[in-house]
Amino acid sequence: MASLDRVKVLVLGDSGVGKSSLVHLLCQNQVLGNPSWTVGCSVDVRAQDYKEGTPEEKTYYIELWDVGGSVGCASSIKSTRAVFYNSVNGIILVHDLTNKKSSQNLYRWSLEALNKDSSPTGVIVSNGSDYDREQFAENPVPLLLIGTKFDQIPDNKRNEVLTRTAFLSEDFNAEEINLDCTNPRYLAAGTSNAVKLSRFFDKVRVQRREVIYSIPLEIDPTVITACKGNIVYSVNIICIIIWCSSLAQIKVILREEQYCLF
Amino acid sequence: MSFLVDSVIMFTSQVLFFGFGWLFFMRQLFKDYEVRQYVVQVVFSVTFAFSCTMFELIIFEILGALSSNSRYFHWKLNLYVILLVLIFVVPFYIGYFVVSNIRLLQRQKLLFACMVWFTFMYFFWKLGDPFPILSPKHGILSIEQLISRVGVIGVTLMALLSGFGAVNCPYTYMSYFLRNVTDSDILALERRLLQTMDMIISKKKRIAMTRRQMYQRGEDQNKQTGFWGMIKSVTSTQTGSENLSLIQQEVDALEELSRQLFLETVDLQATKERIEYSKTFQGKYFNFLGYFFSIYCVWKIFMATINIVFDRVGKTDPVTRGIEITVNYLGIQFDVKFWSQHISFILVGIIIVTSIRGLLITLTKFFYAISSSKSSNVIVLVLAQIMGMYFVSSVLLMRMSMPLEYRSIVTEVLGELQFNFYHRWFDVIFLVSALSSILFLYLAHKQAPEKHMAL
Repeated sequence: MASLDRVKVLVLGDSGVGKSSLVHLLCQNQVLGNPSWTVGCSVDVRAQDYKEGTPEEKTYYIELWDVGGSVGCASSIKSTRAVFYNSVNGIILVHDLTNKKSSQNLYRWSLEALNKDSSPTGVIVSNGSDYDREQFAENPVPLLLIGTKFDQIPDNKRNEVLTRTAFLSEDFNAEEINLDCTNPRYLAAGTSNAVKLSRFFDKVRVQRREVIYSIPLEIDPTVITACKGNIVYSVNIICIIIWCSSLAQIKVILREEQYCLF
Repeated sequence: MSFLVDSVIMFTSQVLFFGFGWLFFMRQLFKDYEVRQYVVQVVFSVTFAFSCTMFELIIFEILGALSSNSRYFHWKLNLYVILLVLIFVVPFYIGYFVVSNIRLLQRQKLLFACMVWFTFMYFFWKLGDPFPILSPKHGILSIEQLISRVGVIGVTLMALLSGFGAVNCPYTYMSYFLRNVTDSDILALERRLLQTMDMIISKKKRIAMTRRQMYQRGEDQNKQTGFWGMIKSVTSTQTGSENLSLIQQEVDALEELSRQLFLETVDLQATKERIEYSKTFQGKYFNFLGYFFSIYCVWKIFMATINIVFDRVGKTDPVTRGIEITVNYLGIQFDVKFWSQHISFILVGIIIVTSIRGLLITLTKFFYAISSSKSSNVIVLVLAQIMGMYFVSSVLLMRMSMPLEYRSIVTEVLGELQFNFYHRWFDVIFLVSALSSILFLYLAHKQAPEKHMAL
């Protein structure tokens, strides 16, 4: 039951774009005073209210995993980083609006994270580093694009930068938010940014539930056809038991929040 | 007329070097950053171009290309320009970019940059005092003053880098030093890392939940201020915030642990990859080279010690000595003049190419390791300064590797410096650097298996 409550969102991007400041702003609602380099991965939790204002209001804790490093670093660092990419429910891609290369590197970041995604129904991206828009269209893991250092762009360049990020968000099939991590005003309640953010987190939660519900439906045919003889009989029994228990789980959760799936 | 032709040739080659420096900057150094200040790129490429031109002039000296008047003229010109760049332009821009990063001093950028430059000049001048590098007949503003100081800094850098390189090269190449790492070790460490992350998450969730409850109950998060606040905080027990600070301390400790585990895992992965690499054909080749280099390194340390202890400065260069040995002891007769020219050309060429390549690779690694988007400009300029000083002093030291007839131009152009002092200084710093690298690598190697065993 404990794994049902976990919602894991990765925060990826080049080094120096402001991921740690962003995560601190999202979780503590305060500006990070002394940002320093992230070694490895730093985690923080954000309390997100679901169905606020209704009697079924529930508070979920979303884990934001801020993975550090650059996309072109040594393969030993890359393979160690891959440990953090397991069972991811959502990805926030962070880029620096004043640095075009950080936006271009986001393609490689997303491929790195999605290639390592080991959730059972996740679409496994097939070959290495070729970028394909189709893959992102069918991708079940929700993405969010955040551009930082918005205040450092001079007014005359603003339109150009915004068009560029609009193209980027189309490519990823994701929403985009442009902000300045040293100013909490951008994410104040009621702004369009705050709305986009809560929509993203809701999408993440919904996707996670679909993943968990679909597991029992998939095990049955493959397991049964692969076995023979009386092994089939015992395997059938096991499958029926799993099916019943998952149905029971579903019933419990449905009772809890009256979420209608069927 | 020939002077004009020679100048055109020199100019073309300088433009080529400039282009190469520009490409290197864009493709390698600034791969992940956007170049916003083109001044930095220009200064870096100019330093690179003029340093390479000096090497080119040495090659021309050996080959006897171009007339000797134009060679001399270009030497002098090149030297003046390089000194101008290294002592005036680059330090000023370093000061300027450092000042622009600091928010407080934004108004008077130029003024503060000039102040930084004057401080740099003061220390640069003071550098010459403890060293016996000048004879008293030079005036205060002569070119020898500047070159001698640049030479000291550059020679120190060269000796440090070659000392460390001489020891590190066999250590990385030879597979004798590789620790045994199995897949299960790595998996165990990764599992521990994920467990630590899970513990951090659960503790942070508790903190967030407690904070929320306290906020909803209307308690004030901040400590009570004021006189009455202090009295109140003494009498009432704020168990909520005390618990919070305890949990926060545990979280800090766990975060430190997770960082350590991450670094250890990276280390083990790197070792595993090196073990796999050493089983390939290329790996075996490098392993063999490693044995060869370790013998060379030991020999160099031995020679440096002998030079210092017996106060000996080599008089003849390796080319002439090699030819002497072959002619006198092995009895092989050949045209000495012809062969000495070609062999010294090849030897000097190899030295130049390997030192340029080695320096650029080291600078790139250094740059990736320490740069960030704010400080990238400053770091590139510092690297340009190091590169310029390195190349100037390698010309100085290369004088020893060339036969007598080619040494004269270097002596003439650089003025009457105490070259012997520079070689002695190089030997001393090389010895110090090599011995301390051996000590450092020994300690690091010893410490790693103990950490590994403790898991």
